[in-house]
Amino acid sequence: MHIQNVVERVSIVMATTKSRTSSFSRNLTAVPSSTNPGLKYGPNGTIFMSSGIPDLDKILGGGFPLGSLVMVMEDAEAPHHMLLLRNFMSQGLVHNQPLLYASPSKDPKGFLGTLPSPGSAKDDKSRVRDPEQEKGLRIAWQYKKYFGEHQQSFDSNKDGKHEYCNDFDLRKPLERHFLNSHHIDCVSIQETQDLAALRNRCATFLTQFPRNDGNVSPAGRIAIQSFCSPQCEYSNMEWDMLSFIRSLRSMIRSSNAVVFLTFPPSILSPSFSRRWQHMADTLLSVRAIPDEDKELAKLLTGYQDMVGLLNVQKVARINTQVPVILEATTFSVKLRKRRFLVLECLNQAPIDGSSGSSYGTSATCSGTSKSGTLDF
Amino acid sequence: MNQRPSNLLDEALGLVDDGSKAWPLSGRVVLVEDRVETSAAFVLHHLVKRALSPHSSNVVVFLALSQPFSHYDRLLRKLGCNLAAQSENNRFFFLDMLMSEFPDGDEGGLVALYGKIEKVVSSLLQENKKCITIVVDDLSLMEAAANGSSNYVLDFLHYCHTLTSAFGCTLVALNHEDIYLSMERPALILQLEYLADILIKAEPLATGLATDVHGQLTVLNRGMWDGHGSSRNRICNFHFRVKENGVEYFSPGSMA
Repeated sequence: MHIQNVVERVSIVMATTKSRTSSFSRNLTAVPSSTNPGLKYGPNGTIFMSSGIPDLDKILGGGFPLGSLVMVMEDAEAPHHMLLLRNFMSQGLVHNQPLLYASPSKDPKGFLGTLPSPGSAKDDKSRVRDPEQEKGLRIAWQYKKYFGEHQQSFDSNKDGKHEYCNDFDLRKPLERHFLNSHHIDCVSIQETQDLAALRNRCATFLTQFPRNDGNVSPAGRIAIQSFCSPQCEYSNMEWDMLSFIRSLRSMIRSSNAVVFLTFPPSILSPSFSRRWQHMADTLLSVRAIPDEDKELAKLLTGYQDMVGLLNVQKVARINTQVPVILEATTFSVKLRKRRFLVLECLNQAPIDGSSGSSYGTSATCSGTSKSGTLDF
Repeated sequence: MNQRPSNLLDEALGLVDDGSKAWPLSGRVVLVEDRVETSAAFVLHHLVKRALSPHSSNVVVFLALSQPFSHYDRLLRKLGCNLAAQSENNRFFFLDMLMSEFPDGDEGGLVALYGKIEKVVSSLLQENKKCITIVVDDLSLMEAAANGSSNYVLDFLHYCHTLTSAFGCTLVALNHEDIYLSMERPALILQLEYLADILIKAEPLATGLATDVHGQLTVLNRGMWDGHGSSRNRICNFHFRVKENGVEYFSPGSMA
């Protein structure tokens, strides 16, 4: 309580002495600090919030920037996007960041019971950071300098509450007191015919996190699951859905919040799928790995432990024109000890150079017929 | 005639360094196309910076549907262009259209927007401004704002085109080409490509992603005067690497 007052007073003082905005002044709206571990400074005046998956934060150069739209393209054959969604939601609740959750199910509240809890200290201490594995993680090259500063927040888990990014234990449900807070708003979008109501709900929610100078406010999270799912009544209204995403994107630009939206691209027409992909600041896609695929087993090392594949199609470029080029864009999704989500750079078994295409060549999501098993 | 272009893109566009010549893009329509894999936003930023160079008195009217002012301000500063200052000097007009909607049949929508732009242009012409560059970032968002009524968007662009032919304005528009690839008869992009005097297309490299080369640009310049009294179409292709303070352009296979 006392610490919070001090932080508030300090920011008010800084706000009044602050002159006209220059590109060198920091945005003090939501101050990342030891009392606010849920946020972290990034390059170009951005502030990150964690995805809830330590490896993903590293790959993306810190996390999800406030004011951005994250979209995940689902695979109709497997629910791996739910792993990303759950960790995103849990991370926000652990950090006391208000959450608005919209889902096509009739009772979205029920889903909250499946959210994971941060792993206990003894689990994390035993997590051996294999240096070989460490090298395998490809970090966006221009962010390496930032990674070094915050090394400690990625490693040892001193106290779950003070970590920027927790290592969530998928077998342990989130403690009830996190779910009983008044910070969670759930919406079912199954019966929604008119997206205007959902838009207003989001707009109202976002008024809690305005991006003004000198205003200390928490950050917020909006999680929207399977947005164009055929169960939803509006799912054949393509322009209306696009319009909704556009206004959500515009609203988020002036908020200290992140929207995390998943959708099955196969439901959309190709041109609309592309329109949605252009809307995203950070674009990910997940894909199931078929069981007992002998071809794939030959191609990939550690195939038996993989539950799916994650592809990073686009990384947010806020306040900059420089694209983020990752050394690798395809990662395997594994469960360490069957509990903790890890992403590993794909280790392709050596292939005959004259045949097959290198996995590095294609990060496209277009429906090309030439796609290999790893192109998606 | 020995011209010293700043880089391959400026050379392809006919933009000279000293600004003593008239703005060569006057009266021309520039269409910039890109894809999810390779963004061409940097081309818009470059054109804004060139238009606002201290040697000229050009004015930029920027229709922003994609990002807020803070985004462009911050990144243009690194390119050596202060948008906030230019705005105060009435050389940069920023229209924040992030939340704008142009629903069907609404006369107050795109028509009103055109009216606003036309007013700005007329008042600037009375002040004897040499050239006004209208930039649209981006057209696919304008279509979304019009809820799919591409006809309204096309009408709006045709109106803006009259400004280029009547008053020598420059119209620069960004659109995402890959959206239209699977459509049977995408009127918007077909008409735009027909209308455009200069077509700048950004694509990924055929060989895929690379850290040192971000993509390739193809510039089609229709009716470029070659200094001997005749005009011809000119097509250039080169690679680029985008940095915070500028963009490097180089011929395929040669790293600067």
